[in-house]
Amino acid sequence: MSAVPDVAIVGGGIVGAACALECKRAGLSVEVYEQSTVGGGATASGMGHVVVMDDSEAQFALTHYSSTLWRELAAELPAAAEYLPCGTLWVAADEEEMAEVHRKQSFYEARGVPVEVLDAQQLADAEPHLRTPLAGGLLVSGDCVVYPPVVAQWLLDQAGVTIHHQEIRALADVPAGIVVNAMGAAAPRLSPGIPVAPRKGHLVITDRHPGFVRHQLIELGYLKSAHSASGDSVAFNVQPRKTGQILIGSSRQYGAEHKEIDREILTRMLRRAAEYMPGIGALTAIRTWTGFRASTPDKLPLIGPWAGREWLATGHEGLGITTSLATGRLLADLITGRTPPIPAEPFLPLRCSP
Amino acid sequence: MKIYLDDRTLTVERGTTVAAAMLNAGVSVFRESVSGEPRAPLCGMGVCYECMVTIDGQRELSCQTLCQEGMRILTR
Amino acid sequence: MTGFDLIVAGAGPAGIAAACRAAETGAKVLVLDNNPAAGGQIWRNDIPALWAQRLSNVEVRGGCSVIDDSILAHGVPIVLATGARELFLPFPGWTLPGVTGVGGLQALVKSGFEVRGKRVVLAGTGPLLLAVASLLRKRGASVTCIAEQAPRSALLRFATGLWRYPLKIAQGIELGGSLLGVPYFTDCWVEEAYGRDRVERVRLSGFEQDCDLLAIGYGLVPNTELATLLGCTLQDGFVTVDAMQKTWREGVWAAGELTGIGGVERSLVEGEIAGLAAIGELTEARKLFSRRAAWHRFASHLTGAFALRPELRALPRPDTIVCRCEDIRYNDLTRWTSAREAKLQTRCGMGLCQGRICGAANHFLFGWQDTSVRPPASAAPVSDLMES
Ligand SMILES: Cc1cc2nc3c(=O)[nH]c(=O)nc-3n(C[C@H](O)[C@H](O)[C@H](O)COP(=O)(O)OP(=O)(O)OC[C@H]3O[C@@H](n4cnc5c(N)ncnc54)[C@H](O)[C@@H]3O)c2cc1C
Ligand SMILES: Cc1cc2nc3c(=O)[nH]c(=O)nc-3n(C[C@H](O)[C@H](O)[C@H](O)COP(=O)(O)OP(=O)(O)OC[C@H]3O[C@@H](n4cnc5c(N)ncnc54)[C@H](O)[C@@H]3O)c2cc1C
Ligand code: FES
Repeated sequence: MSAVPDVAIVGGGIVGAACALECKRAGLSVEVYEQSTVGGGATASGMGHVVVMDDSEAQFALTHYSSTLWRELAAELPAAAEYLPCGTLWVAADEEEMAEVHRKQSFYEARGVPVEVLDAQQLADAEPHLRTPLAGGLLVSGDCVVYPPVVAQWLLDQAGVTIHHQEIRALADVPAGIVVNAMGAAAPRLSPGIPVAPRKGHLVITDRHPGFVRHQLIELGYLKSAHSASGDSVAFNVQPRKTGQILIGSSRQYGAEHKEIDREILTRMLRRAAEYMPGIGALTAIRTWTGFRASTPDKLPLIGPWAGREWLATGHEGLGITTSLATGRLLADLITGRTPPIPAEPFLPLRCSP
Repeated sequence: MKIYLDDRTLTVERGTTVAAAMLNAGVSVFRESVSGEPRAPLCGMGVCYECMVTIDGQRELSCQTLCQEGMRILTR
Repeated sequence: MTGFDLIVAGAGPAGIAAACRAAETGAKVLVLDNNPAAGGQIWRNDIPALWAQRLSNVEVRGGCSVIDDSILAHGVPIVLATGARELFLPFPGWTLPGVTGVGGLQALVKSGFEVRGKRVVLAGTGPLLLAVASLLRKRGASVTCIAEQAPRSALLRFATGLWRYPLKIAQGIELGGSLLGVPYFTDCWVEEAYGRDRVERVRLSGFEQDCDLLAIGYGLVPNTELATLLGCTLQDGFVTVDAMQKTWREGVWAAGELTGIGGVERSLVEGEIAGLAAIGELTEARKLFSRRAAWHRFASHLTGAFALRPELRALPRPDTIVCRCEDIRYNDLTRWTSAREAKLQTRCGMGLCQGRICGAANHFLFGWQDTSVRPPASAAPVSDLMES
């Protein structure tokens, strides 16, 4: 192996780790640069929900393909990766949201994703701690939950690449054929001009309360509030952990830069959760924290060449755990000239260049 | 005063914490750890969470809770 | 919380002293503590009569934890006096029921645990071993031995330095008298505890001993979580304060073990200064500076004598549990290089106690420093975080 690797990846989050493994598997020599702890960025602060999404065809293709890769990987993952095939339950509060359930149902079914519509009673049976009455829900049983920092480390262990614990100041300084910016929300720092903005989120983890929540639960009002609005928003988004703990989310804020807890947003977020699950207030909270999503204007990540030998693998917003595996595959295919399993064009960074 | 511990009735003095009352009643295992080990109070001052039991339906630190007449305590 | 001139977090000696001094000037003072009643660790259920009387003008709320910085929103000055917990170092068998902290056993006894007729081994380091041995004997326990890890030479140096602190000599004589006949070993520590569902026997350096209870205390670790959440600055693990006990955070003072370990007198005088300073009685506060200086000297004397020996680092075996909340074992940790890495990769320190027990142990074992504190300062109902 020559002194200069084919690919250097800056950022040891789950995206960088997945890219490292796929590049290595494609026969490239790879090195990784991580300024702090592997998987210690957004990868340590996200929810770890692997979810098939339907905002756009491209988003569906990426999340669906990646979700398949996660299921293939499941058997190999170490126990500490806390793989939990719990599925997603999209919760509809009223008839308007029930219409959304049916729209989603036909979208997913037309694309071969198994789903099940639950009526009010079936929803109450599936999740006894939800308030009643609610209108119903959509169960996407192929979705799952993982513990991302362990997966990131495991992917790097599998790749067997050198990890330099070093902060990179300029991508031009990194010796490699190709330098991949996989710095998550910090990516614009070294690739100025890319359309990535940090979007802050809050989470709360509880003590072990096994069985209190059985599926990843997300309100469908989420779509109305969280994705469309540009301001601050909160949504009921609650996850069972393999440990029996409950992870409570979620919030979205633009323009917030410090990682401290915003008490007001936290309060709003938890009150929203309690509207859906009145019993949640009595659970024991052990820690709260925040994280930054790397958001892009069209809600799609940036995967591919950017300028000269500089490539990007960032902009995964609130889906980077889900889409990390597919991102690695696409990136490796683009570098080696193989045909990717799904069209790569919607994710090419050049779509954003002025 | 009287408190109920699992299926026993205990007589305790005012000012006694639930942890002390349980130890006096010969309870040695307060909780089971994540890997199934027996555990009992370690710090006595609300830091270690080893003394957690169910008191009147709530998970509480027994070393930080004073016995009250009629309290019901479950060790699991 | 409105309507008060001062809020004190922590009702141990430092907090009580702060509250009393402030209240005696006519200030309305509220004291909050997570324990059921005031007293802290040392005065649990027996606050000296003098202080108990002075406390009568103060509102004390027990069973009340301050969980984050929303306490600052009231604009009322705050004195932090959250005290310290014990340092626990893992060794094989330390998770067995019947193994407690030395201060932990003291707290349990003071809250009603009857030890009459029980055989107790006390081990660890420092004067607390003697104080607790004395209490246990008074309550009818049989203290089978006291194992002090410090070398005899260090203890002798410590003892000969004590002449400068007459109060401490008096306490020492009293303790010595009550301990007559209890085997006291220096250069001695617990290597392993045995038992099925509870401790039955311990192996100390060179010999074994049957027992019903084993109490271990390797010193104290300040409870700086709340101070950190309020934005106070820390140095070497303690809250940094100026001469008036004021922290670097506006409106927040700190006293007692938060700023340094060194016994009840040190905590009291710091508490008095903090309480007075926080309500603007600076002249009165200044009068206490020389008394504080004396107790600070005593404290450094103490720390020097009871330094922990490196052999204690070798006690855990590969399968010895280090993080008791998550049952993380010593060999789960050896691959990692920092507290955060170990936490994210193994869940060490991620449980209910949030590393309050294993964090200090890992600092001793591996040199790791976990500086990350997030609300709530201690586990709390989710609904507490919903109150704005
Ligand atoms: C609250 C919240 C909830 C979320 N929930 C989910 C979810 O349920 N499902 C899902 O799929 N996604 C979720 N996400 C999104 C997901 O966490 C991220 O998209 C994903 O972790 C991004 O991974 P990454 O590797 O790109 O970034 P990161 O994990 O942030 O990794 C970037 C790494 O780069 C390093 N780095 C930065 N600058 C430098 C430098 N100059 N030199 C060297 N190293 C550097 C950092 O230290 C860091 O480790 C959520 C995110 C948040 C914030
Ligand atoms: C799925 C999931 C489940 C989780 N479950 C639990 C759980 O059960 N229990 C639990 O406690 N936590 C849990 N966590 C959360 C975890 O412990 C952290 O809180 C989370 O990773 C967010 O980190 P933080 O911001 O609190 O990190 P911090 O530890 O505060 O660190 C953030 C960054 O700041 C840096 N930093 C920290 N302190 C300093 C300093 N003094 N100076 C300079 N830099 C500093 C760190 O190196 C790091 O890069 C979970 C996380 C996930 C993703
Ligand atoms: S004994 Fe440690 S919290 Fe009660």
